[in-house]
Formats: sequence, structure tokens, C-alpha cells
Amino acid sequence: MTALVARLRRNPLLAYGLLAVLLLLLPFLVGAGLGRGWVRVLDFVLLYSMLALGLNIVVGYAGLLDLGYIAFYALGAYLFAWLSSPHFGIHLPFWLVLPTGAALAGLFGVLLGAPTLRLRGDYLAIVTLGFGEIIRIFMNNLDAPINVTNGPQGINLIDPIRIAGLSLGQTTQLAGITFSPPHLYYYFFLAMTLATVFVALRLQDSRIGRAWAAIREDEVAAAAMGINTRNIKLLAFAMGAMFGGLAGGLFAAFQGFISPESFNLMESIMILCMIVLGGMGNVPGVLLGAFLLTVLPEALRYVGDWQRAVLGNVVVDPNDLRMLLFGLAMVMMMLYRPAGLIPSRQRRREFDADDGVAEQEQASLYDAGA
Amino acid sequence: MAALLSVDRVSKRFGGLAALEDVSLSVMAGEIYGLIGPNGAGKTTLFNCMTGLYTVSSGAIRLLGQPVQNSKPHRIVELGFARTFQNIRLFSNMTALENVMVGRHIRTRTGVVGAVLRGPFSCAEEQASRQRARELLGFVGLAGKGQALAGHLSYGAQRRLEIARALATEPKLLALDEPVAGMNPSERREMGDLFRKLRDAGITLLLIEHDVKLVMGLCDRVAVLDYGRKIAEGTPEVVQRDAAVIEAYLGGEPA
Ligand SMILES: Nc1ncnc2c1ncn2[C@@H]1O[C@H](COP(=O)(O)OP(=O)(O)OP(=O)(O)O)[C@@H](O)[C@H]1O
Ligand SMILES: [Mg+2]
Repeated sequence: MTALVARLRRNPLLAYGLLAVLLLLLPFLVGAGLGRGWVRVLDFVLLYSMLALGLNIVVGYAGLLDLGYIAFYALGAYLFAWLSSPHFGIHLPFWLVLPTGAALAGLFGVLLGAPTLRLRGDYLAIVTLGFGEIIRIFMNNLDAPINVTNGPQGINLIDPIRIAGLSLGQTTQLAGITFSPPHLYYYFFLAMTLATVFVALRLQDSRIGRAWAAIREDEVAAAAMGINTRNIKLLAFAMGAMFGGLAGGLFAAFQGFISPESFNLMESIMILCMIVLGGMGNVPGVLLGAFLLTVLPEALRYVGDWQRAVLGNVVVDPNDLRMLLFGLAMVMMMLYRPAGLIPSRQRRREFDADDGVAEQEQASLYDAGA
Repeated sequence: MAALLSVDRVSKRFGGLAALEDVSLSVMAGEIYGLIGPNGAGKTTLFNCMTGLYTVSSGAIRLLGQPVQNSKPHRIVELGFARTFQNIRLFSNMTALENVMVGRHIRTRTGVVGAVLRGPFSCAEEQASRQRARELLGFVGLAGKGQALAGHLSYGAQRRLEIARALATEPKLLALDEPVAGMNPSERREMGDLFRKLRDAGITLLLIEHDVKLVMGLCDRVAVLDYGRKIAEGTPEVVQRDAAVIEAYLGGEPA
């Protein structure tokens, strides 16, 4: 085992090759090992990865606490539903609707950001939280006088994604292998997630990424060094929102059905938790967070069956248990790994820095006194 | 010589406190201009007004003839006016090199698309930024410290790094707020040499300093603030003999 790891370290190409094969075979391995339902879970892992990477731009890179992020997901999902379902009788192709949804979400990101970005920390969090709720309430109530959103019933029969005559919503035989819709969507989402990872990594290591890091560290100093703090924050908001809108469109096509229920505050908090758990600002950490927080709640569903088998009846409702364990996990995290499971270089320093800084302040006081 | 920076009857009030009252001064291109005064005299407040961090209560500030009072800080940097802070404000969890590269932000153009696609223009620009940042680290005496975390550098090195970061914005005028505070005499001499090197490179310096000896040896002209008012201005020799200055510093009756 260790020999293998050492070998992979020396040969990154081999490591990437193995990873690629694993990712390609994953839905079949998971489907065979754990059952069909788990392939769907994999699809959600990818969707949440995109969402978390998008929010990570806002929270992790630029340091702006956004608690209404799910609103952008909702906007992307509803736009897809409007332009690609019998609701309005419009059926545009996905490659037109997805970018439009991302652009709409980005626009709303700027609209939300422009008046609120003078706020900091807690205040910004509260305003964005309000924004998230407003969007959800709009979606819930815009069924009269004109039926725009179909209210709490939501919109049904949303078109699946069709690529060159191949509908991802139908079971298909390709080269003798049967691909069910969750399998087909898996590959599409995988491609989108990889693209998102690419964009996130490139942005982080660039002039723009450094500017984000600078305002996160010290906004006054960043402004005094020539960074247009308002624009660069708006850019973070818009970029994050665009990924949210994109993921929303994918979600709508995948589910075929959306309703305001899917876009509540708990979802925003969940995505934020993925970032915090995995390691804020660090792409691999965020991916790990999205994976864990999507898969673990599903796994805990089995605890109910297990209780029935062992104890004869269900003592603790699996749903309560999930929240309980989730809360416990978050508290443990804050105690033992506050910078996340795989923290970014920079975050780790921030959390480790305390002693060093104190020492240094002492030293500089000595200097000043001498 | 034309005035690079002119401050015209600037006042700044915080509630009832007048931190600056009718302060006027002008800094000529190519000189080292000193700003001295007792604690709480309003020196840092004047810097903050000039660099757009504070809005002035009244008065005008012109940089290269353009009115800049109440402009955004980044606009002022763009016009060629950079600064350092009295209480060091580095991006302490970024490396020294990254700190200086942030200073290149205003002089570079790469946007989101360029950052993601990394076309020839963005690559060349990034490379040039990195190269320039290394040179500047060398210039202030921090060669080889590029990969160190800003927060882990020694106190003196942090002061130098702040200067390098400000230089990266390509300033015509550089304002330094107590750049040698807390340094020992030999470090102070080295910093004095650095300031002369900066002036020889064509950068006008505006210097807040408590160390009167350093100021007198270095500055072409000096202004003295006391309780928010300018009480004297002129060459070091003249200011040193000024009765009001002696009173402000010694708190006694003029001799
Ligand atoms: N943001 C602020 N809010 C309220 N009062 C302020 C603010 N900034 C400065 N002051 C006050 O303005 C006065 C001038 O302060 P300033 O920092 O400009 O002095 P200074 O000359 O730089 O002194 P030092 O030599 O101690 O740095 C002080 O009385 C200070 O308390
Ligand atoms: Mg001061």
C-alpha cells in the first residue's frame, strides 16, 4: 500500500490516470455494490460540489459571508423550468438555457451585492439571508395574478438535457452497456464539475484571486494598495452566483420537477457547512466537504432499518439522529480542526498563527521600548 | 517646480474633535518633505485624508493638479500616490512576494477570462508582475525573502515589505507613516539610505517621523502640526529655531 502511494507520488500522471478511470467506473461500481439509488446520490454529490465551489469563491476566497446563496440556485432552476417545460410551452435547448440561467443569477448577484457590500461580516450575512428568503417567498407566491412559478406546487415535466439526440432522461444502450438516467447525468455533471474545479483553481492563482485574498485579509490596506474593493467584491458575488445558477439549471433538468421547498435556508447553511467542514478556500477540501455532507445523511437513513433489525423497533428517528450527529460533527470540527479537514495553506496559518503573532507583538514592543 | 501635491485649507472633524484645522501645504516634485508634530497632532489623519481613507470635512487636496479630496483610495493610487501605515498593515497570511504582487494590481489588467484561460497576454503579465515584485524585494533589501509569510518576517523587514508593496503601484509620491518607529539607530541609518535611494530613483517622499534628528538630516522641507494646525513650515534649520515649534515640543515658553 505505502509502496503504491510512494509510486503515485513520484508519477502524478499515473495517479491522474487511475483517478480518471475510477471516476469513469464509479457509477457502475457504486450501482453494483450499494444499489441503484446510490448512483443518484453520486449525482447530488457532483451538484453540491459545484454549488460549494461557487459559494467558496464568495466566502472562502473573498471572505464575504453569504447566507442566501441558495437563491441563485433557485433562480437558475426556475429559469430552466420557464424556458424548458410545458409551463409556458417553451422548449429551448439546454446549451442556451444553462448559460442564460448562470447569467441571470450573476446579474442578481450584482443586484444584491451593489447595495449591501458596504456592510461587513454579520450585517452582510443577515441581508443575504433575507435575500434568500425573499426569493423563495416570491417563488411560493408568484402564481397569481399571472401564474409565473405555479406557487408551492412547483413546476413539473421539465425537459431533460438532450445532447445530439441523446436524452439523458431515458435509459439508453450504448455499446452493449445499459445507462440509466442517473448514470447519464453522472457523466454530464462530472464534466461540469471538472470545469468548475478548473475555473476555481485558475481564479485562485491569479491577479483576481490575490485581490480577493487581499480584501479578505485587510480591506483597508487592499484599498490603499489600489484595489477597487467594491468592484472586486461584486465580481466575487457575481462569479459565485453564476455557478449557483448553473447548478440550479442542472438540478431542474435532472429532477424534472422543482418547487420552492428545495430552496430553503437549511440548504444555504448546508452548503456553507460543506465549505467549513472541508476547508474554506481550498478546492480539494470543499470537494471533500460536499462529498461527506451529501453521502453521510443518506447513509444514516439505514440506521432506521438497522435499529428495527437489532432492537425490534425504531428508538431514535433516523432524521433526528442525522441532525444530532451532524451537530455533533460540527462542534467536534470547531474544537479539533477549526480550519477544516483539508485546510488551505493560508487558512491553516490563520488558525495556527495566534502564538506567533502574540510573540511577535511582544518582540516589537521590546524594540519600541529600547 | 510644480506642486505634486497641494493641500488647501483642509479640516477634519470627528464629532466635536477637530483633528485637522485649515491645514495647507504643498509638496514639490523630487523633494523629501517631512511632517512632524507631537502625538495626536493629526499627522496620520492628514495622511488618511490625502489617500482617500477619510473624507475631509472641508478644504481641497490636489494631486498633479487634479482635485482628489474624497476620491476613492484606488483612484488616488492610480494617479501615483501610495502610502504605508503607522501600524503595519500587511496581508500577513500571504507571502512577501504575494504582498508585493497585490501592489501590481492597479497596473495590470488581467480579468476573469484571462485568469481562467491564461492566454499569452495574461501569462506574460503575470510573469512580469512576479519579476517586478522580486526586483522590488531586492530593492528594499528583502532579496530571498519572497516565499516567507509576511506575518513571520521581523519587524524591520515588515516595514521594508510595506514599502516594496507601495512601490509596486509605481508611485510618483510615496507617503511613509513613521517608517522607522521602533528601530535601533543602525536600522534607522539603513532606512535613511533607502529613502535617499528612493529620492534618487525619482520618487517624491512625504515622511511622518518623530525622530527629529533623522528628519532634520534627510528632509528638504518640514511642516509641523500641533493640535491639528500647521504651526511652522520651511527648511529644517528654520523650523528648528521656530519659537512655536520649540513650545509645542518642549511645552514651555519660547526662549
Ligand atoms: N477615526 C477616528 N475617529 C475619531 N478620532 C480620531 C480618528 N482618527 C484619529 N482621531 C483623533 O484625531 C487626533 C489626531 O490623531 P492622529 O492619529 O492623526 O495623530 P498623529 O499625529 O498621527 O499621532 P501619533 O504621532 O500618535 O501617530 C487624535 O486626537 C485622535 O484621537
Ligand atoms: Mg500617527
